[in-house]
Amino acid sequence: MSDTATGDERVKEMSGFRKALIRPELGGIVGTVAVFTFFLLFAADSGMFNAQGIMNWSTVSAQFMIIAVGACMLMIAGEFDLSVGSMIGFAGMSIAIFSVTLGWPVWMAILTTFALCISIGALNGYIVIKTGLPSFIVTLAALFILRGFTIFFPQTIERRTIIGGIDDAAEGDWLAPIFGGEIGQPIFVWLADLGLIDVFERGNRAGEPVIDGIPMLIVWAIALVIFGHIVLTRTRFGNWIFAAGGDAQAARYVGVPVNRVKILMFMFTAFCATVFATCQVMEFGSAGADRGVLKEFEAIIAVVIGGALLTGGYGSVVGAALGALIFGVVQQGLFFAGVESSLFRVFLGVILLFAVILNTYIRRIITGER
Amino acid sequence: MTSFLKTAAMTALVAAAPLLAAGQAAAEGERYVLVSHAPDSDSWWNTIRNALALAGEQMGVEVEYRNPPTGDIADMARIIEQATASGPDGIITTLADFDVLSGPIRAAVDSGVDVIIMNSGTPEQAAEVGALMYVGQPEYDAGLAAGQRAARDGVTSFLCVNHVISNPVVAERCQGFADGLGVDLGDSMIDSGTDPSEIQNRVLAYLNANPDTDAILTLGPTSADPTILALESNGMAGDIYFGTFDLGDNIVQAIRDGVIEWGIDQQPFLQAYLPVVVLTNYHRYGVLPGNNINSGPGFITADGLELVEEFAGEFR
Repeated sequence: MSDTATGDERVKEMSGFRKALIRPELGGIVGTVAVFTFFLLFAADSGMFNAQGIMNWSTVSAQFMIIAVGACMLMIAGEFDLSVGSMIGFAGMSIAIFSVTLGWPVWMAILTTFALCISIGALNGYIVIKTGLPSFIVTLAALFILRGFTIFFPQTIERRTIIGGIDDAAEGDWLAPIFGGEIGQPIFVWLADLGLIDVFERGNRAGEPVIDGIPMLIVWAIALVIFGHIVLTRTRFGNWIFAAGGDAQAARYVGVPVNRVKILMFMFTAFCATVFATCQVMEFGSAGADRGVLKEFEAIIAVVIGGALLTGGYGSVVGAALGALIFGVVQQGLFFAGVESSLFRVFLGVILLFAVILNTYIRRIITGER
Repeated sequence: MTSFLKTAAMTALVAAAPLLAAGQAAAEGERYVLVSHAPDSDSWWNTIRNALALAGEQMGVEVEYRNPPTGDIADMARIIEQATASGPDGIITTLADFDVLSGPIRAAVDSGVDVIIMNSGTPEQAAEVGALMYVGQPEYDAGLAAGQRAARDGVTSFLCVNHVISNPVVAERCQGFADGLGVDLGDSMIDSGTDPSEIQNRVLAYLNANPDTDAILTLGPTSADPTILALESNGMAGDIYFGTFDLGDNIVQAIRDGVIEWGIDQQPFLQAYLPVVVLTNYHRYGVLPGNNINSGPGFITADGLELVEEFAGEFR
């Protein structure tokens, strides 16, 4: 690497080791290896690494990934969104009300919900830009407002806070399977035939593999990570995101449309939350007013574990995805390892603290502080 | 880098300590996992955990308690899937939302894990997901019985303080109570949230706005305790007709003091204890009771409080 660097005297020479250290993904990579080693040692025979177990923590990690991608890019752009969790509940309820209560076709309910939620994201961004208030406060307000509506509407219209029957409504719909469907079923049938994964022992699905297929949730997560990574590292717009978060004023001086970038990132975060909600609603067939509680913090934790700085301007989508993987594996893995469930939050806190300490250390290397 | 390695080693140590402890505590024999829908903040489930531990100890089986930390039912579905993957002999779970949980529970049953539904859900739903039985208190019927009792005592209007508005099964209690009274539920049910001071203030506000309210129904200690405080502060304690679901230290004291007329005990002890006993005997000797088990309702009044008082919050 250092050979190519000598070609340009403006580029400071750096050792490969140091280069590896200042990659934002480093914390995530080290953490992922550590977490998997840990659970392989302590929970290897608990079913965590059989087909059902792997699918379990993969699904949970994919959930975190979807919202972490949005939260990560917004955080790099220098803003927060605390309304992600409420947005998940709101979007799910919106689909349920449009499709079940109002009887709209499910594809129309989904598209309308996406339009509605992305507009709310845009409104969040617009208020932040126009008022100059910290996004922390503005989206905190959105957290309460959206959660309130999520309880109010179904309570007023249907006299209950959980609306079911969406799976019946979604029968034969063209858009619903893109969120709630599964792919790769033949592969799992084949694996089951080879005896590599278990089959159901009884019931009307006896003989079928215990895993139907890969849920679209996981496909969405991977697609969003790839999309986010390419936008962030391979496009001009990606540079604008970093610039807007690093120093907004300086970015404006060199002609970066900071306001547009930030508002677009708020919209993207809302989009990710809506993808999460739609996948959940289509999989479970019901929407509840308490869905997504505290998910905003889980998204932020995943992003921070993944190496992004809370102050903006630094981070990576791949790192956030690894953070989500770590978070998901730890959360489900603790159950597999048989840890007392009330200690769960203790572990979460320890991991978060550890990640932040590591990130601070990395920042010192970059800025050269001692 | 060395400091990082040190931190990593420290974290591993800190993380490993409880794991090792958990490993040593593991009993021989069957393993049963109880999955609840309750968030960490719900103190009522402590009784369930104690009864579960006691049953595990007495039957010589390994028991585990799992719950979604925030009470998110979708997270609970993942926990049931996780429990299934860990290959236990049986799963004891609530059925708080049929749409969300029926899939994971059916998958558990189909992969050879025996399931008993406890607490939330109905006997019909339990049968539909292929569970062995349902152990719990039919919520609507309990509310109805309470409403009929209150009607006999001359109540015509009421306030239902619902601290778990997101759980439709629990809201059935309010509906049952209204039907038992023969009145329309209307706006009698308030969403109180789970924060004690918020609950207290909302109850006060409601009673200020509706001074004619005859009775108050609370749905558990979470809403009952702050309501007791609210009534003490506005001087209505002992005056207004006050009934509650479930028991707890403060509720028992309030029954003794005459603030609360009656508490409906769904006997959570039995909901956690009996499934473990039933499953163990089923797996060891192949015997299974032929019906669902109603753990409640039992009305607890100022008479016969002694045992209740002794074990309130622990086993009662």
